[in-house]
Amino acid sequence: MSDAMREDKRVFLMGEEVAEYNGAYKVSRGMLDEFGPRRIIDTPISEGGFAGLGIGAAMHGLRPIIEFMSWSFSLVAADQILNNAPKMLYMSGGQFGCPIVFRGNNGAGGQLGSTHSWCVESLYSNVPGAKIAIPFDPYDAKGLLRTAILDPNPVFVLESERLLSIKGEVPEESYEIPFAEALIRRSGSDCTIVSFGRPLYFCLEAAEQLAKEGIDCEVIDGRTIRPLDIDTIVKSVRKTNYCVVVDQSWPFASVSSEIAAQVHMRCFDDLDNHVFRVNNDDVPAPYAYNLEQEMLPNARKIVEAVRAVTYNA
Amino acid sequence: MPSATTSPSKKNAATALPVDTRRRWLRDMLLIREFEVRTMQAYQNRKIGGFCHVYIGQEAVAVGCTAAVEHKDPIITAYRDHGHALARGMEPKYCMAEMYGRIGGCAKGKGGSMHMFDKRNNMFGGHGIVGAQTALGAGLAFATKYQDEVIDEKQNTRVTLCFLGDGALNQGIFHESMNLAGLLDLPVIYIVENNGYSMGTSISRGTTMGHEITAKAAGYGMDSAVIDGMDVLNVYEGMKPLVDRCRETSRPCFVDMRTYRFKGHSMSDPRKYRTKDEEKKYESDDPIDKLANAMISDNELSQEDYDAMVKEVRKEVRDAMKWSENSPEPDVSELYKDVYVDEWGPFTGTSLPEMLKD
Repeated sequence: MSDAMREDKRVFLMGEEVAEYNGAYKVSRGMLDEFGPRRIIDTPISEGGFAGLGIGAAMHGLRPIIEFMSWSFSLVAADQILNNAPKMLYMSGGQFGCPIVFRGNNGAGGQLGSTHSWCVESLYSNVPGAKIAIPFDPYDAKGLLRTAILDPNPVFVLESERLLSIKGEVPEESYEIPFAEALIRRSGSDCTIVSFGRPLYFCLEAAEQLAKEGIDCEVIDGRTIRPLDIDTIVKSVRKTNYCVVVDQSWPFASVSSEIAAQVHMRCFDDLDNHVFRVNNDDVPAPYAYNLEQEMLPNARKIVEAVRAVTYNA
Repeated sequence: MPSATTSPSKKNAATALPVDTRRRWLRDMLLIREFEVRTMQAYQNRKIGGFCHVYIGQEAVAVGCTAAVEHKDPIITAYRDHGHALARGMEPKYCMAEMYGRIGGCAKGKGGSMHMFDKRNNMFGGHGIVGAQTALGAGLAFATKYQDEVIDEKQNTRVTLCFLGDGALNQGIFHESMNLAGLLDLPVIYIVENNGYSMGTSISRGTTMGHEITAKAAGYGMDSAVIDGMDVLNVYEGMKPLVDRCRETSRPCFVDMRTYRFKGHSMSDPRKYRTKDEEKKYESDDPIDKLANAMISDNELSQEDYDAMVKEVRKEVRDAMKWSENSPEPDVSELYKDVYVDEWGPFTGTSLPEMLKD
């Protein structure tokens, strides 16, 4: 964000506690000192208000970055981020684009209960007009965010509170990671596992365990849901003939069901079994530690799904 | 905060405005009226689909308010937006063709009656969800101020007019926007076109303090004014000092613009929630008749001039309808255009409407 703000004065950051508090999760630490209060702007707790303000500013030529402390709170701004941002270009017949980034933590944070544990990707990816990126590690977080800021469309960047402490090599210089370019995080030949963001760690963990059993998994990080790099997934499935999609949102009408449908359409003759899915259980997120762990996609569930899908291998 | 209340039109101040200016406003109001009458007919003839909300009765508001600002000042409104688009300078043909669902429309037939946009005239829409535009209005004002101060290093130069209906007073987003505008010193004027009804619910049935809605502004530390919106001269005179002060101080303000819609909420509204006597009372306060009669009786306009003006406006709207009729339906390829700026998957990028190519 700081790189983009140094290069382009049209970019500003707005959200709850982004300035004087240095970010509720310290993501914007030091930015107020560098850029001042005109460009790093604290807001009251008014998600609808500041999301809409950002959209209006984008229509008038600025490049806002709007932080949601949690994407769970974005639901109170649903009309602005789903009705206004993604549809402005269309409704205005190409006159007013909306180059804006909404970013913040998505997914279960750890015993936060149902209202604070939203995974919005399935809900929001249903809406045409916005793009959705989900970073896996610090390198991707920087590169995908930069691409998002430079993109002329509204982009939702779904970060994870649970991944903020992950450490990794990040180049000093600016770089972009193009959207719709999935990355193979682990190569394998027996079963394709597709996921996004935090559950990828569980996928990699499961893949190590399965390797010991002689099942060699290929783990694909989709990186962006819209646009979706289905070609990389299809190519992998044509090689492995099996596919498991791991998705931390609920199963019904979800990212996983969409990917399963597309894989079935594109790889019908290549599949040796139907696509298996591992999702959040179809229940509100519980508070109790054991229940929450059971509800989320985890390595055990992924291992079981891979074993089940490849039973006839 | 003190609340400035304007008194009804004073003849002295009114006649201080050049005759040409008043003639232009009269013509602008007549154009909107004629446009809306024909819009109703076209709707009944099924040339126009969807929801359609006409501006008849409220013409003085859009014309007087846009006259009080400069062309560079952004305006944004809700779904009863034809009047604002025309007052801002959109050619009637682009507005009508939009409702006809034709490619020549201001939004290439993709927006419809509730979504009139005109980039060249700094008209940032027509917005269909009640109150949603109040946050966008704050954002427009934020952007103008930011562009001046952070990018161009200038003082505040633009004022945003954000129109809303009295029904929007009860939406949460309105209150969030008012709070943000106050907190961030945004140069935006929230103009409530208070026609007394949110659809079929009278303001007294739907809004606390409905008899004194400026109380809402006081809660956000904003100056406010009550303006009689049935008189274009009064609207202009009430708005001008507010606009000047907003530009100078970069402080938001709030206007209770008293007006009345002569027709129903939308085309399918039988208006059973109000009496014929009430409608008659307001119809006798017609903003067009008021200005025309005053100018004719003061010998500033002859009856012949007025009749010619009416005739001219009729022709202009008739031509707009003919033009719209001849404008083709959008090609099916338009379906996948303007979803994203760039091309990917089935999406084919974006292109501008004919209105901006002229």
